Amino acid sequence: MSEQELEKIKSLLKEAYPPQNEELRRDLWLEMQERLSQREMRVPWWDWALLAAASALTLLFPGAIPALLYHL
Amino acid sequence: MEVLERFAAGDAEAFESLFRQHQGMVFRWIVRIVRNAAVAEELTVETFWKMHLARARFDAKKGNFCGWMRRIATNAALDYLRRARPEVELPEELPARRTPVAAEQNELRRLIFAAMGQLSPQVRAAVLLALVEEEPYEEVGKALGISTAAAKLRVFRGVRVLRKELTKVGVQA
Repeated sequence: MSEQELEKIKSLLKEAYPPQNEELRRDLWLEMQERLSQREMRVPWWDWALLAAASALTLLFPGAIPALLYHL
Repeated sequence: MEVLERFAAGDAEAFESLFRQHQGMVFRWIVRIVRNAAVAEELTVETFWKMHLARARFDAKKGNFCGWMRRIATNAALDYLRRARPEVELPEELPARRTPVAAEQNELRRLIFAAMGQLSPQVRAAVLLALVEEEPYEEVGKALGISTAAAKLRVFRGVRVLRKELTKVGVQA
């Protein structure tokens, strides 16, 4: 491909996509803090795994429910 | 201890300080790839979130913080481009142009958007950064995690596909 062809594509692209000189207009720290606090509130995966295991146990062995309740 | 070391060790104040210092730079980089300010704001937060998660892996003594940050920002932007529908329609905020010449220009832009939609997000990002934003190939390569030569090749391949697509629809490229 020649330099001329490359320049032609470049000018077509610049026509369709004007170069971006946009600046950030506000501080995003508040959103960042929200994101960080969401993470802190998240339930760890092993808690979900424990819940799933307990649910499976009660479904498969309903007789174990009183023992499970006793240990809670 | 330096701010980068404190950040890597999980210090919240160091993270806030780095966030405030670099959020504008990250936004400017991302908006050049996704070309939408609202999306770029979201992805700026996403970038810092990923940095927060990966902070323990950052070597504050040897690592290039800005390079590492730009790389994460580029990956966040590419993930967005993979999820997003390719841009084919003209943005709504464009001024209404009703003259025949303007209509022709709008049609040309639509065809260029459609041709760009044929490129993979990685190639599209390389083409936009190198040819529209005129970033040096070295910077494009670093941001995409590839060599300068590979960045040039990626842009060349993108241009070849664009020429083919545009020629197909009758645009002299």
